[in-house]
Amino acid sequence: MSAPLSWNRLPRVEPRAIYRLSHRWEAPPDRLPRPLLAYGNGRSYGDVCLSERGSLLLTRSLDRFIAFDPVQGIIRCEAGVTLGEILALVVPHGWFLASTPGTRLATVGGAIANDVHGKNHHEVGSFGHHVRALELWRSDGRVIECGPDQNQEWFRATVGGLGLTGLMRWAEIQLMPIQNPWMWVQSQRFANLEAFWLLNREAEAHWPYTVAWIDCLARGRARGRGILLSGQHAAAQTDLPAFKTGGKRVPFDPPFSLVNRLSLRGFNALYYRQPIKPQGALTHYLPYFYPLDAIQDWNRIYGRKGFYQYQCVIPPEPAELAIAALLDTIASHGEGSFLAVLKTFGNKPSLGTLSFARPGTTLALDFPNRGDKTLRLLAALDSIVKEAGGALYPGKDARMPASLFRSGYPQWQAFSEYIDPNFSSRFWQRVTQ
Amino acid sequence: MNALKRVIIFGATSAIAEQTARQLIAQGASLYCIGRNPHKLEAMLADLKVRAGSNQRVDGTAADLTDSSRHEALIAGAEAFLGGMDGVLIAHGTLPDQQACQQEVATMRREIETNALSVLSLLTLLANRLEPQGRGVIAVISSVAGDRGRQSNYVYGAAKGMVSLFAQGLRNRLAKSNVDVVTIKPGFVDTPMTAEFDKSGPLWAKPEQIAAGIIKAMQKGKGEVYLPWFWWGIMLIIKHIPEAIFKRLSL
Repeated sequence: MSAPLSWNRLPRVEPRAIYRLSHRWEAPPDRLPRPLLAYGNGRSYGDVCLSERGSLLLTRSLDRFIAFDPVQGIIRCEAGVTLGEILALVVPHGWFLASTPGTRLATVGGAIANDVHGKNHHEVGSFGHHVRALELWRSDGRVIECGPDQNQEWFRATVGGLGLTGLMRWAEIQLMPIQNPWMWVQSQRFANLEAFWLLNREAEAHWPYTVAWIDCLARGRARGRGILLSGQHAAAQTDLPAFKTGGKRVPFDPPFSLVNRLSLRGFNALYYRQPIKPQGALTHYLPYFYPLDAIQDWNRIYGRKGFYQYQCVIPPEPAELAIAALLDTIASHGEGSFLAVLKTFGNKPSLGTLSFARPGTTLALDFPNRGDKTLRLLAALDSIVKEAGGALYPGKDARMPASLFRSGYPQWQAFSEYIDPNFSSRFWQRVTQ
Repeated sequence: MNALKRVIIFGATSAIAEQTARQLIAQGASLYCIGRNPHKLEAMLADLKVRAGSNQRVDGTAADLTDSSRHEALIAGAEAFLGGMDGVLIAHGTLPDQQACQQEVATMRREIETNALSVLSLLTLLANRLEPQGRGVIAVISSVAGDRGRQSNYVYGAAKGMVSLFAQGLRNRLAKSNVDVVTIKPGFVDTPMTAEFDKSGPLWAKPEQIAAGIIKAMQKGKGEVYLPWFWWGIMLIIKHIPEAIFKRLSL
């Protein structure tokens, strides 16, 4: 079997063995070289889901529902079920995931292990806040059920624990009620970063979902110009539009990245000038939450060399200056991404010891892999993030230096006591050894 | 066209059968599932119940199908639960260790028992129930391995060949009663049964693809189907290689 990749298709490393789990009771066979690591649907970036020295346990076949209570909105399922599979089941019953990342192709196990967040972090916190219980298999044969009210120390370690505390076999999640599958979405253009801060503060006070797209190539007075999307679940109404999903895909690996200076500038300028809807409009939840899921294998547009995703969080105090400095650095390198995303986190403390989401502002970008040139830019961004007391997102990282990980996650040593001695990832080996 | 509203599945916890069950549920069927491992069966039934619509019925029971004395009661129980049957899928089987079968007669006989005789027992009983009903479909999972004996797995091949030939005769017998007998011949499928193989080649199919093909074949009342379809061409060639040449090949 060809070695599984993460979503940015970088790094390419071979595990010593690959084993597909087919049942939640199944213990990984003893013959598999240790350390072990669960691999779900390959939607994280970098190497948190990759192994070089040990074995990958493929969990995608742990895809069974265990119970669904449509009255209380509680679902229990195996860890390999994707968020999209949950939504397909629960949306018609009037329920939704309280927190969802920008892809519905992530598995429940992956969403918990990376304690993912969504556009409504300022209202509801991250994915871990809505997990009621989960079960962990440890390589010594122990099985631990934990949650916010039981075996909390294991729960705190496992939420955001990057799959290192053992094999997650199932989880139980509290859903959120909705009236229909539609969103009421408002879009507003802002001319620069300063305008963003004002507009965003206002939007956060009134909208459960907010996120901004930024033209990261714009400079000078237009630095940080972009579009702010605010949304809420639509109210009950009789006149809902019809919705049909399309099936586009990137059919092959282009020999080089289709994302380059020229296409970026064009795309960003066009995107910024798209017609906006300050009065609001109905949008189906699929294109609203998961625009990129509509294009299968979109990650191929960056070519065979893959790309780097860079997502940082900057604490509130230095955020305005640091984000400006980050954008200046990116624009001066002429690098950048189709989707530079800016979002402020709320103050709800994350439950996980190693969770990424924390009060402050997060900026996420994709950079095509141009080797040393790209790495030099990312190193320049690192120093701004470190200086500001920020952190990078492990679930989206293929190259952060160990020192930046340790300064961003000072609790990493306390966390290590909960790591299963027979589990590890390439990421963990990289930032701790 | 066979409407699959009430379906019995034997060997339900195999990867192909479980995917077939899910797709049948999505298409509005009620199911009764028989599987060997009680844990796996329970997990599968819970999953199907969550997925099912409010007027669809789902249940099942654990049974070792090599014990053919239970077959009659299992079929009767399933039919009683569903209130009749429109279709049956027989999907149980093992992939024998060919070397072990060569070394020991008892092992070889056990594999023939599991993969062929238990299937023939079910087919006999089901045929007798469906014949007077005058409609319905029985699908049985055979294999491309049953098309020609090869040194690498001729015990499995012989068992599947027996199933294919038996089903062919039964199809002939039941044609005038308007009951379809479908022989499914999957090629390489990426399932736990084939966990030890390298699956990087283009010939490997996913269980959900095979499941969709099985349902379509059952609805249309096909005779023999290769899944995916291109195995028809591959097997056509393999079947027609002269024996004098074939016996020297290492297949």
